[in-house]
Amino acid sequence: MLQDTSSPAVSSAAISVEKLNVYYGSNLAVRDVYLDIPRNQIAAFIGPSGCGKSTVLRCFNRMNDLIASARVEGTIRFEGMDIYPTGEAAKNFDPVELRRRIGMVFQKPNPFPKSIYENIAWGARINGYRGDMDELVERSLRGAAIWDEVKDKLKESGLALSGGQQQRLCIARAIAIEPEVILMDEPCAALDPISTLKIEELMAQLKEKFTIVIVTHNMQQASRVSDRTAFYNAEATDAGGKVGYLVEYDDTEVIFGNPKEEYTRDYVSGRFG
Amino acid sequence: MTFESITDAQAESNLVAAEAKFQPNLAGRYRLDAIFKAATIAATTIAIAVLAWLMFDVLISGVGSLDRSFLTSFPSRRPEQAGILSALAGTGWVMFLVAVFSFPIGVGSGLFLEEFSGDNWFARFIEINISNLAGVPSIIYGLLGLTAFVIILGDWTGGRSILTGALTLTLLILPIIIVATREALRAVPDSIRQAGYALGANSWQVIWSHTLPTAFPGILTGVILALSRAIGETAPLITIGALTFIPFLPEGPLDPFTVLPIQIYNWVSRPQKDFHDLAASGIIVLLVVLLVMNSFAIFLRSRFQKAR
Amino acid sequence: MLPAAAIEDIRGKGFISCRSPPILNRKLLLLQLLMSAETPSSKNVHLWQANYESAKTLETIIRVLCGFFAVISIATTAGIIGTLIFETIEFFQEVPLWQFLTDTRWTPLFASKQFGIFVLMSATLLTSTIAILVAVPLGLLSAIFLSEYASTTMRKTLKPLLEVLAGIPSVVFGYFALLTVTPFLQEIFDFVRTPIPIPAWLDFLPFTQYYEPDFFLELPFPYLEGFNALSAGLVLGISITPLVASLSEDAIYSVPQGLRDGAYALGATKRETILAVVIPAALSGIVASIILAISRAVGETMIVTLAAGQNPNLGFNPFVPVMTMTAYIVQVSLGDTAVGTLPYKTIFAVGMTLFLMTLTLNIFSFWFVRRFRERYE
Repeated sequence: MLQDTSSPAVSSAAISVEKLNVYYGSNLAVRDVYLDIPRNQIAAFIGPSGCGKSTVLRCFNRMNDLIASARVEGTIRFEGMDIYPTGEAAKNFDPVELRRRIGMVFQKPNPFPKSIYENIAWGARINGYRGDMDELVERSLRGAAIWDEVKDKLKESGLALSGGQQQRLCIARAIAIEPEVILMDEPCAALDPISTLKIEELMAQLKEKFTIVIVTHNMQQASRVSDRTAFYNAEATDAGGKVGYLVEYDDTEVIFGNPKEEYTRDYVSGRFG
Repeated sequence: MTFESITDAQAESNLVAAEAKFQPNLAGRYRLDAIFKAATIAATTIAIAVLAWLMFDVLISGVGSLDRSFLTSFPSRRPEQAGILSALAGTGWVMFLVAVFSFPIGVGSGLFLEEFSGDNWFARFIEINISNLAGVPSIIYGLLGLTAFVIILGDWTGGRSILTGALTLTLLILPIIIVATREALRAVPDSIRQAGYALGANSWQVIWSHTLPTAFPGILTGVILALSRAIGETAPLITIGALTFIPFLPEGPLDPFTVLPIQIYNWVSRPQKDFHDLAASGIIVLLVVLLVMNSFAIFLRSRFQKAR
Repeated sequence: MLPAAAIEDIRGKGFISCRSPPILNRKLLLLQLLMSAETPSSKNVHLWQANYESAKTLETIIRVLCGFFAVISIATTAGIIGTLIFETIEFFQEVPLWQFLTDTRWTPLFASKQFGIFVLMSATLLTSTIAILVAVPLGLLSAIFLSEYASTTMRKTLKPLLEVLAGIPSVVFGYFALLTVTPFLQEIFDFVRTPIPIPAWLDFLPFTQYYEPDFFLELPFPYLEGFNALSAGLVLGISITPLVASLSEDAIYSVPQGLRDGAYALGATKRETILAVVIPAALSGIVASIILAISRAVGETMIVTLAAGQNPNLGFNPFVPVMTMTAYIVQVSLGDTAVGTLPYKTIFAVGMTLFLMTLTLNIFSFWFVRRFRERYE
């Protein structure tokens, strides 16, 4: 367990971020983020709306590449590999390859308009999976704790499931390609409390095998599931916009029990946000 | 939970073996990506190039005989004297009447479906009916016009007259106007209606003073696009018996007539090349009229969208 | 609040019609109460003499009028079906149905009359098939380009252009097919058919000994006639391409971005995302646009009348003149066929066949969209 954020043990960090700045067009959206995500732990990003926590998350698997105006400065290392290389190395770097190793679960469940089986198998197939597909589908669905609910209707559309089941299907889809990290962008925002509880239980199991980064609006959720918590805030810029920054990043007990920053204390005690 | 069924050892081996089990073959996939993208670009280019070829071809053939006397002469056996005056007059008459008929009927139907009737069987029946009408070929409307307006109501419509043509085309474009009206009305936020009702207005007062003015640009766009469809229609007018050779100007809605597309059809189907060039000139006139109408509709719509 | 006497006062002044529905009544009463609350003296009430009666009458008139207009569309359908059925029944009293379905020639205007509808249907099928083979790949790929690959500016320019192109009258395409595409294709065909002389230095090849030295190699390529189904079908396809492209683009563009993100997050490339996720999600809209295009192609008149010819030939040879169902109706309409004669009734029998074909397509489309539309929030 890491105690000291200023000198993290590099070997135990799955992702390490140094001086990250993200721009949308000419607007700076997030500035000066430094943090390390330890392996096989759950890191939660919390903070008020528009503080850039999702933006930072989407940098980890370079989903921001899909937004034409987005630009990223700084260094993000995934298992020691710079995923925003510059110069000659940038030409050889491929975000598609990276996304096979860093999976993602989205705010709204987004199963493909295919059968449940195909929802799982498709990602594996495009990534050239050589093993037994039936076995992979079953293992992934079991891993996402949804196998018992869908094993008799694998041929039915993934859209026929309830919202909570759809989200677990999306988690199964993500773990099927055997990533090392799973990014979760408010995975329970669109779900009812019971479905939320199921997903939280699932996350506790998944961290045995995967490193998880979760963005959440729900502070109780962060305190329940995460090992470490990063609190982001937004401040007004001279230009009249808003820029997000990392206020504090520490063990979850510290953030919620005895944070160093006053902003954090105010936020976790519900005084703003 | 069933996750425990996968042992730690298995999990370990999964991670280690992952690289071997997944062979993404990115180079091959990117090659297919490039081919696919090239295909979409090629398809777009081909479609636009062929249509540009059409325009270019018409321009080259038609611009020579396009002059003042072409617009002010009647059709003639001699190509050098022939013009489109009677066709222009016929198109003008027909379109005027179509606009007069179709605007109130189409907008009224749209209002009824969207504002007056709830979601009952009658409204649903009309709705299915309209979506079906939109898929009926235009020549079938010609057969309807032939029976209904030429033969049954011939005493009132003057038989194969401008009025018959206008009524037939009105029925043809009504579904387009109704659908456009409903879409425009649906885009009006409900809060505007509720604000009206909260002041004690009844539904017609709300529609007349608030809903219709807000939806009007959208409705007008739909009406113009529908009219531009009507202006190019040939088949139903041939079927109701519009003539192809009219060396005089129609004086009233009960007179026989011809329209631009029929005049063009007539010239294209003649063997002499001079008439083909006249057809091209006629097409230029028709396309210019259409372009003006369409640009106006697009202009209206873009203003409408910005305002929303 | 107002004392009960004041309410009675308002009622007594006849502001609120007792014939108004109770809910409206209560709403108005509340309104009156609010107004009165601001102006407690009952004198000012006389300033508010809204004529609810005449407003209500006007509303009723408008409502009935709009209802009447809406009924016109039903009357249109009834008129179409009634007309077609009436004349078709008359037709089948003179020509037996089996003859209509089994004759192999279509000659209702000749002395020896035959009524094989499949002659006309085969031509319609031929031109429509060629058209769809052109329009679906071109339209769909263009739609994908516009929605997924084109820049925003390009999309904003090309999309309205597509709609303008979709509105070009078919007689213009008829001109193009007959006077531009057919001569162009004839030149290509003639060029391919041009005999190729065998050069002398090829003498060593074994088969040349069988021929005279001035042998020409002639490719067995067909001759393209001035009227033919090929040009008509190709141009018909081009004419409905903007329709397919525009409607499919609407369907593809409206697929939620979250679905694309889901695919990219699994390490999919753009093509894989489009083909495996976006297109299936937009399928109901795409299929609806294709079916609409088919029904346009089947019912299209001017292109096939001008470019495909007026010769009823049974078969699927695209290089010779044929006569589609719509072209036959035009042919009869342009002639001086008297009302009530058998040739006059044939156009309604043909029209009925055409109507049933497009109706089937419409119903299929309706069913397909209902059945396969994916619901996204």
